[in-house]
Amino acid sequence: MLDQSRRGPTNEGGYVVQLNREALIQAWRVMTTIRRFEERVQDEFSKGHIPGFVHLYAGQEASAVGVCTELGPHDYIASTHRGHGHSIAKGCDVTGMMAELFGKQDGLCAGKGGSMHIADLDRGMLGANGIVGGGPPLVVGAALTAKTLGTGTVAVSFTGDGGSNQGTTFEAMNLAVVLQLPAIFIFENNGYGEYTGASYAVGSRDIAGRAAGFGLPAVKVSGDDFFAVHEAAREAVERARAGGGPSVIEVDTCRFYGHHSGDAQLYRGKDEVKGLREDRDCLKHFRRRVTEAGLLDHAELDAVEAEVAGLIERAVAMAQAADIPAPEALLTDVYVSY
Amino acid sequence: MTAAITAITMPKWGLTMTEGKVVQWLRPAGAAFAAGDELLEIETSKITNVVEAEAAGTLLRVVAAEGSTLPIGGLLAVIGPADASVAEIETFVAGFVVAESAGEAAEAAEAPAPRMLDVAGIRLRYLELGSGDAASVLLLHGFGADLNSWMFTQPALAEGRRVLALDLPGHGGSSRDVGNGDAEALGQAVEGFLTVLDAGPVHLVGHSMGGAIAASLAARRPDLVRTLTLIAPAGLGPEINTAFIDGFVRASRRKDAVEVLQMLVHDPSVVSRAMVEDVLRFKRLDGVAAALDTIARAWFAGGRQTLDLTAEMAALAMPVQVIWGCDDRIIPVAHADNLAPAVQVHVLEAAGHLPHMEKAGEVNRLIRRFIDT
Amino acid sequence: MTVKTIRQALHEALEQEMRRDPRVVVIGEDVSGGAGTGGGRDAAGGVLGVTKGLIKEFGEARVIDTPITESAIMGAAAGAAVTGLRPVAELMFSDFLGVCFDQIFNQAAKFRYMFGGKARTPLVIRTMIGAGRSAAAQHSQSPYHIFTSVPGLKVVVPSNAYDAKGLLIQAIRDDDPVVFCEHKLMYDLKTEVPDEAYVIPFGEANVVRDGDDVTVVALARMVHYAAEAAETLAAEGIECEIIDPRTTSPLDEDTILESVERTGRLVVVDEATPRCGMATDIAALVADRAFQFLKAPVRRVTAPHTPVPFAPSLEKLYIPDPERIAAAVRAVYGYGR
Repeated sequence: MLDQSRRGPTNEGGYVVQLNREALIQAWRVMTTIRRFEERVQDEFSKGHIPGFVHLYAGQEASAVGVCTELGPHDYIASTHRGHGHSIAKGCDVTGMMAELFGKQDGLCAGKGGSMHIADLDRGMLGANGIVGGGPPLVVGAALTAKTLGTGTVAVSFTGDGGSNQGTTFEAMNLAVVLQLPAIFIFENNGYGEYTGASYAVGSRDIAGRAAGFGLPAVKVSGDDFFAVHEAAREAVERARAGGGPSVIEVDTCRFYGHHSGDAQLYRGKDEVKGLREDRDCLKHFRRRVTEAGLLDHAELDAVEAEVAGLIERAVAMAQAADIPAPEALLTDVYVSY
Repeated sequence: MTAAITAITMPKWGLTMTEGKVVQWLRPAGAAFAAGDELLEIETSKITNVVEAEAAGTLLRVVAAEGSTLPIGGLLAVIGPADASVAEIETFVAGFVVAESAGEAAEAAEAPAPRMLDVAGIRLRYLELGSGDAASVLLLHGFGADLNSWMFTQPALAEGRRVLALDLPGHGGSSRDVGNGDAEALGQAVEGFLTVLDAGPVHLVGHSMGGAIAASLAARRPDLVRTLTLIAPAGLGPEINTAFIDGFVRASRRKDAVEVLQMLVHDPSVVSRAMVEDVLRFKRLDGVAAALDTIARAWFAGGRQTLDLTAEMAALAMPVQVIWGCDDRIIPVAHADNLAPAVQVHVLEAAGHLPHMEKAGEVNRLIRRFIDT
Repeated sequence: MTVKTIRQALHEALEQEMRRDPRVVVIGEDVSGGAGTGGGRDAAGGVLGVTKGLIKEFGEARVIDTPITESAIMGAAAGAAVTGLRPVAELMFSDFLGVCFDQIFNQAAKFRYMFGGKARTPLVIRTMIGAGRSAAAQHSQSPYHIFTSVPGLKVVVPSNAYDAKGLLIQAIRDDDPVVFCEHKLMYDLKTEVPDEAYVIPFGEANVVRDGDDVTVVALARMVHYAAEAAETLAAEGIECEIIDPRTTSPLDEDTILESVERTGRLVVVDEATPRCGMATDIAALVADRAFQFLKAPVRRVTAPHTPVPFAPSLEKLYIPDPERIAAAVRAVYGYGR
């Protein structure tokens, strides 16, 4: 758990910065890692080095990192098909992740899962999920374990605006309320569920408002602002740990890439993404906020970017050099014993 | 007429037997036979065995045909003097049938069930058959078995005397608490059993590990033991079939169990599906595997028997006999060679480690003769 | 050792395992019953009473009543299993698998494989199967073949109280997801059951009856119908060997194959529908691995390719009965003679 120290002065937007330098640098590092990872994955995918489907998280970093900054190694998260960002934010090994995407035996899932099922239970990552709405019930289960065994941990599900409409999501929220579980439902509304706008598919047009009807506290924050997400996450996590039950946070965010790599994005406006990268880049916002507040300087931030670039470079090199799984791996790990 | 006409009836072997099937008559109707001759083969749901003649006579009439199934106590055949008349045989049969239907209900009501006894905080299961003034018999089974081991022995010895068959700790229906599992721990339970029941001095009969327990009890408490019969006992030499011991402890599936149980017998067909199922049902109970493992490690650590009773055996004052199957693949019959000349040793042909099951008639005769003198 | 019904045997299994391991929890609709009502808890104890009384000993934290939301229940059970609990979730009627199939089929069954061996999912799903109560099309099916076809799941189909208790204890102690199928007409069937806990390993068939003429493989309630048919046939001089697989996944192939090797004739009896079912699965196994021993075609006695009808007269025709089983056995016995 990152150290959270004294309260600082209130900044623009009215959010109180509560993280110390180390925590801020770490947040920057993780968000930068996600950004660079996704950009490189897009590149490698285009060259045909990554099989299957990938769904890129670039543009949404503040959501994953804002929330995971409040989580420890024993807390659990579950993700969607767009899972790289959450995995990195929860501490999954970047090299292992890249190898997994390349389908190599050193991958985080031994090459057996791939991008859509990327997971690491040792880091509390219950997995990306190929089924929209698959995550929330699993998170309710992890929260049930926490409450039953009295571990004091919480479980967080990351769902998109598309998944917010699934029956499983509604059922999971209801069950979390009924059993008063330490579960947090994050809805990352990036405006699109596959190729259809959230403004069309979410009938109530208000994910947080709709969720509140299930009987749990629900807030909406801007995903452009790491600090806004973090503040809401801190409150929800504290509530859950204290036995106050589940919460919902709707994060208004955007994705810079398509639904999946290879998506022609015909459903998006001509210069839409260009505009998002200029006005709604959460990394740019973060850099501006921390430098203007005198908390970190550009040199430090640049240094981290350089380190991250090196990390990603090495991860790709190792993934390329790694072995493919042995043929016997086809048949292993279906069961613990049979 | 000298001897009377009597019936051969369906015997009761073991606690659960309710009926048996006549597989084959081994002597034809009208044939004469001597004591100990095999008369017919009977199959139950658990096991197949032969019925031997108790005394000489003639097979006057075969009543139960081959392939027929009868309840216990059912009339199988009429035996008696060779010159018995047809009328006498008819009268006997008619009279028996009537008696049979009247007695059946009573017999069923009286069928003895095992009982539990609390011995120093450990619950032991035992079966008591028979009664009489003569000294009681106590039967002790071997590793992994239970009192059902004596299904052919106990009824045969129970005429005119009390015969007790005990489940050792960790076995059958007795407590799974075996302490450290060694001969002393198990022997203490047996000693306590005899004390609580106030049953001694007894004719002690022990098989395999039960034999070693019996011998060490006889050495420690000769006041409780009138005679000692050891059937393929442990404790007389270092060799032991560890493949059997380890295999038995580990077996949880039928295939493994069949392989292991077949090591016990001379004739593998003795190992019926029902016998295997009984063993597995026992092995599956919580605590059994651990108890057996504790005992195995105490008795057979490092692939050898840890207990050596040759000195104790030499010093025993009461009458001692030893019975062994010549094809015993668990404990070699050669261990009997080490015994003092005072001990009678009987080696049986065509028998493995379970002579009291494979050659029940002969073993029963040897025991009866021994304890009657 | 006492005589117990299947219901009592299952209850005992749950009770003993919940005492032994505090991570075992029961979750489902009305597993206790009465939550949020004026009538108080434990009003139901499960729709057919298996879990009654558990809440009194183990409390609400371990006997968890849920809303009627199968997806959330099964998903939560899967998530709880993979994070440290050992849930026994109840899917009230196996027909409801349609509602929550993703959680079982794509989530619980596949975690271990997809995550490269890191996940352990010790989940038990208890569910009711079987026709014969006029519960009609959506409450009477026996879809164990569907679960059996899913790699990563184990499937248990007990036919008697002794097997039921040992298999349920094994299921709870097993570290893989297990679907435990209870035939809704068999809860009152009695037999001797040990009072203490015991396990029966999976993939170990029970040979209910020895015979040299025809091998009959049967599941659940059909085991008892096959036994009835065998009595009739024995009087005609035909001796059946009846095999109860106990678990369809893993399946005790060896016992079936060894039996067919001896008899050369096989009838498989399954109350489920005929396409892609267990009868077909076993017939294919034998055709593949014991072809040279077969003296007759394999006959499958199953329900017809229809939903389960409501009218008792029709439902009676739907379920295989001893007559149909005996007819199939006679047919394979007489083939080629």
